[in-house]
Amino acid sequence: MSQPAKDRIQKTVTDNDIVLYMKGTPTFPQCGFSSTVVQIFDYLGSEYASVNVLDDPEIRQGIKDFNNWPTVPQIFVKGEFIGGCDIVREMFETGELKTLLANKGIALTA
Amino acid sequence: MAMHANDIIEMIKDALPGADVVLEDLAGDGDHYKAIITSSVFAGKSRIAQHQLVYGALKGKMGGELHALALETKEK
Repeated sequence: MSQPAKDRIQKTVTDNDIVLYMKGTPTFPQCGFSSTVVQIFDYLGSEYASVNVLDDPEIRQGIKDFNNWPTVPQIFVKGEFIGGCDIVREMFETGELKTLLANKGIALTA
Repeated sequence: MAMHANDIIEMIKDALPGADVVLEDLAGDGDHYKAIITSSVFAGKSRIAQHQLVYGALKGKMGGELHALALETKEK
């Protein structure tokens, strides 16, 4: 992957507690999987940054190489990749996601 | 761009010998699947590592030829 793409991703996930790399925006997700993760984080009431990979071909490819993960969405918490839609949904359903966020000191309203 | 269910199952089983693979065609269009995979290879691995093993089994088709494959992985 190109160094600039890698540097940009690294900076984004370092600067923000929660980052969703997704297709579309939280208001207008353009894929069902991306929509699911938006709903989960909205439900938990945590603030997050989002990056629309459809706006940026370099990031769209870069994010796949960054984690050796071929699909979008991808979710980062405090710089750590925690998974894609299926993993985040599973963690949400078991309560692990809430625990993880709490342990990382992230404020939730739900 | 779509993949046949049998091809997906075969690729996963080739890479994860002895795995049980249940594949659901979610939309009936041959392009949106859910796979439930049970394998002893997953034992002791994180969910991320388990999913990466499945993606690896699909040899680059995931995210390309195969658009949507929801994954549920279980240890055997």
